[in-house]
Amino acid sequence: MGIKTVAIHSDVDANAVHVKMADEAVCVGPAPTGKSYLNMDAIMEVIKKTRAQAVHPGYGFLSENKEFARRLASEGVTFIGPDTHAIQAMGDKIESKLLAKNAKVNTIPGFDGVVKDADEAVRIAREIGYPVMIKASAGGGGKGMRIAWDDEETREGFRFSSQEAASSFGDDRLLIEKFIDNPRHIEIQVLADKHGNALWLNERECSIQRRNQKVVEEAPSTFLDPETRRAMGEQAVALAKAVKYSSAGTVEFLVDSSKNFYFLEMNTRLQVEHPVTECITGLDLVQEMIRVAKGYPLRHKQADIPINGWAVECRVYAEDPYKSFGLPSIGKLSQYQEPLHVPSVRVDSGIQQGSDISIYYDPMISKLITYGSNRAEALKRMEEALDNYVIRGVAHNISLLREVIVHPRFVQGDISTKFLPEVYPDGFKGHKLTDLERRELLATAASLYVAEQLRSQRFLGTPRIPIAKSKRSSWELSVRLGDGNYPIAVSKDGSSFSVEVDGMKLNVTSEWNLASPLLSVTVDGTQRTIQRLSRNASGDTRIQFLGTVYKLQILTKVAAELSKYMPEKAAEDTSSILRSPMPGAVVAVSVKPGDTVSEGQEICVIEAMKMQNSMIAAKTGKVKAVHCKAGDTVGEGDLLVELE
Amino acid sequence: MFLALTLLLPIPVSNRKKNKRILSEKSYGKLTARERILLLLDPDSFDEYDMFVEHRCSDFGMDSNKNKYPGDSVVTGRGRINGRLAYVFSQRNVLCSGVVPQISLIMGPCAGGAVYSPALTDFTFMVKDTSYLFITGPDVVKSVTNEDVTQEQLGGAKTHTAVSGVAHRAFENDIDALLNLREFFNYLPLSNRDPAPVCECHDPSDRLVPELDTVVPVESTKAYDMLDIIHSIADEREFFEIMPSYARNIVVGFARMNGRTVGIVGNQPKVASGCLDINSSVKGARFVRFCDAFNIPLITFVDVPGFLPGTAQEYGGIIRHGAKLLFAFAEATVPKITIITRKAYGGAYDVMSSKHLRGDANYAWPTAEVAVMGAKGAVQIIFRGKEANAEAEYVDKFANPFPAAMRGFVDDIIQPSTTRMRICHDLDVLASKTQSSPWKKHANIPL
Repeated sequence: MGIKTVAIHSDVDANAVHVKMADEAVCVGPAPTGKSYLNMDAIMEVIKKTRAQAVHPGYGFLSENKEFARRLASEGVTFIGPDTHAIQAMGDKIESKLLAKNAKVNTIPGFDGVVKDADEAVRIAREIGYPVMIKASAGGGGKGMRIAWDDEETREGFRFSSQEAASSFGDDRLLIEKFIDNPRHIEIQVLADKHGNALWLNERECSIQRRNQKVVEEAPSTFLDPETRRAMGEQAVALAKAVKYSSAGTVEFLVDSSKNFYFLEMNTRLQVEHPVTECITGLDLVQEMIRVAKGYPLRHKQADIPINGWAVECRVYAEDPYKSFGLPSIGKLSQYQEPLHVPSVRVDSGIQQGSDISIYYDPMISKLITYGSNRAEALKRMEEALDNYVIRGVAHNISLLREVIVHPRFVQGDISTKFLPEVYPDGFKGHKLTDLERRELLATAASLYVAEQLRSQRFLGTPRIPIAKSKRSSWELSVRLGDGNYPIAVSKDGSSFSVEVDGMKLNVTSEWNLASPLLSVTVDGTQRTIQRLSRNASGDTRIQFLGTVYKLQILTKVAAELSKYMPEKAAEDTSSILRSPMPGAVVAVSVKPGDTVSEGQEICVIEAMKMQNSMIAAKTGKVKAVHCKAGDTVGEGDLLVELE
Repeated sequence: MFLALTLLLPIPVSNRKKNKRILSEKSYGKLTARERILLLLDPDSFDEYDMFVEHRCSDFGMDSNKNKYPGDSVVTGRGRINGRLAYVFSQRNVLCSGVVPQISLIMGPCAGGAVYSPALTDFTFMVKDTSYLFITGPDVVKSVTNEDVTQEQLGGAKTHTAVSGVAHRAFENDIDALLNLREFFNYLPLSNRDPAPVCECHDPSDRLVPELDTVVPVESTKAYDMLDIIHSIADEREFFEIMPSYARNIVVGFARMNGRTVGIVGNQPKVASGCLDINSSVKGARFVRFCDAFNIPLITFVDVPGFLPGTAQEYGGIIRHGAKLLFAFAEATVPKITIITRKAYGGAYDVMSSKHLRGDANYAWPTAEVAVMGAKGAVQIIFRGKEANAEAEYVDKFANPFPAAMRGFVDDIIQPSTTRMRICHDLDVLASKTQSSPWKKHANIPL
């Protein structure tokens, strides 16, 4: 667009990608966001110094801060976003609901007050429409909540809830509200200008969430039919017009299983997941925002907004998905390679090889977007893109993302905001190998081992003492994977290997480039991209296969047999030591050496990425030593407290 | 190449089940000599010597038939590791030092005068929990000095790899040790008349390493991990570190560059700011001399704030110990490539394979500071606190690589991401380097 840009950054971000891409860059303070990216005084100072004419606030930080927008306006600097009035109106939960109601946007219908008798309860419930949720108004959260799907259940619910309301709370009031079963989170992108024009740019399906944070998004949604889409779009536009909205914004809805939709909130900024909308509509939202901020009218009519193909976005996080679907991980990205060689892939990231993932900011590595002429194609490309994504040095959630996008429920579009806890009730455990896949993995690992052994006998040049050329063409190995030990026979067959696992013969071919982070291996005609993350002389090998990292130990049969004579090394007794489960900052330490703690007692609190985690004693005992104090920064696995 | 495996249990493997002694050894997690050889050498490559030698002890009934075994005491012979010749011995010869690389693997207790056998070899590796090295055992220690100490504390793998510096690496168990030894063997030439081996390499020699452009922190007082740099430039990120737990302020070990074995020496800013002291100087010096003796090119990464000051170091003889490292680098005639990543201060700069010590290619990164000392210290000494702006002036003048480059003390200031490429190109050119020293019986390194 020919606009010169100034990037602001904190001191730890001095080498960040956005800093390198901008024409100028200014440091606004140290790493903590309160002192840098949220430091309005410093940012205003930079704006004055660089004589910037407009500010794009991105997402997060000050993007929905009306005070910031107001200060910009008072300096005569354009805020690339809506007016302060709209930010304020939509920022208030009660006011936004009222505005929505007045603009004839569906809100969650409900009744809060004294209900005379069961008949009245039924009348209210019918008005609202089944199913309904009944509970005592005074009861907090989901306590005493009953779901009624018909009149009979409503009467029963009324009886229990009114009794409970009177006995437990001494307050007769009941809350009867529409119950949204299996809710989906679907949002409508709107775009409005300063001339009263507003468009809806179709929906984004954002139901796959963990801890209310989106993980996988797509556009369009498999669930909406054209009528529902239009109805939602028109209501979203009506709301935008009601608050005189200009710029890009998002109206979030909850959608129940019968395609009833209810207004949740409006985000008055660019959303993280905006690329999927850009992919299917062909609009560049940031460019449109800048045009609108400049005062230009919209270039498109509602009829010009297409749905072309399908786009999927995965949020790639530096976090360990095996701990409550993702606990943050920090470290240096020792290797990083985006899968840009896969067709129709877009990667939005702010990091590069060598970047530090610090405890100060959101641990998002990138947004990985794939596009296809239909959903199946977009998902297939996403699979490929995830397999070809190289991220080393920090834990990442590629395994979870890959499992989600191939899960039969997801593929059928049968999803809701409860998808993750429903599909993985005991937590995410990684990909579960089928027998066939396990054989493929074992055959691949064994072939890699033999390829490595063969290479280690190949020396260049002519040594003084001749090297004995091995004529060996077959190997007997023993591979340990999980709890199983698998005898494997490998024989060299030209450039490929013939591998016998579980009494079956598999043919494994590859270029066997042992230095490349990505290895293309074909086992019995099935091509896969795998990653060998590490290996050592003792046969320990880690392979990323179908997104999940598997630990294997590959030994010759002789070494494996002799292994049984090796001593079992006693594992550290973990009940008497407390280690940090993740990197973060120590907020409080509740014990000192000599204290007696009982099992389950809180010992200290660790904060990481806005989350506080209480560390508890695994057994009753006396505190032997405390290795941390409030304010310390700790890494994953750092020793915090020892018990006797 | 000589390999010494101490305590080679002398019982043929076929007798494992029958023999009481083996059964008891098993509970200690040890393998028999022949099992060890099976793991160490290529299949069917072992030619054994002196199998019929028996012990000649006749006291205490040792001459009775039940105490005699064929192939007693040790197993020795010749075999192949990845096709290359290796001799397995139990006793070596000082005359072989510097002729063939010698490695000892301690797999059981080794006490008294016998400890000098491994001590005379180039590398000593130990097996954790099952091997010990001491001149006098805990019982003698107790009776002489009344000191209570366990075998493990006195001479276990942890003691010798972290405290005494006697051993160079420790491994989890016999199998782990032997498999690692096979891999280590591939880095080494067979003798001082062979060049450093070149393996088939899949890692492109002109690979750029973008993360090196940001690896050195902006604040010059902040630490970073020199191992990150070493891993990122080495072939396939592989680095066989020697003495990883001892004198950790210097990092030494073997890697490959475009397939060719190189010895890498680097200051470790993460530990004691990477300063040189007595232990790190001795550790570095011995490694440099090994590489020089066996034609292994040396790559040195410099980030050194100086020698560690203080009475402990001066009384301990830092002058003569530091001189060992200086001597070793100066006398080395193998290709020498040096990269100054950040600080190169004072005498320590000189010692770390500087141009003045016949370095072949000496490079500086843009973050390099080649100076007598840091700005703060220098200004304090020069101006005694009287010049307020002197520190900024000093930083401006000397906290960059240009003064050194102008004098030719560094050959070029390079973009860090091109470091691997530059080293690989230089090694190709330097492969034919020959440098001869005047005749001498041997040099007199300040021991």
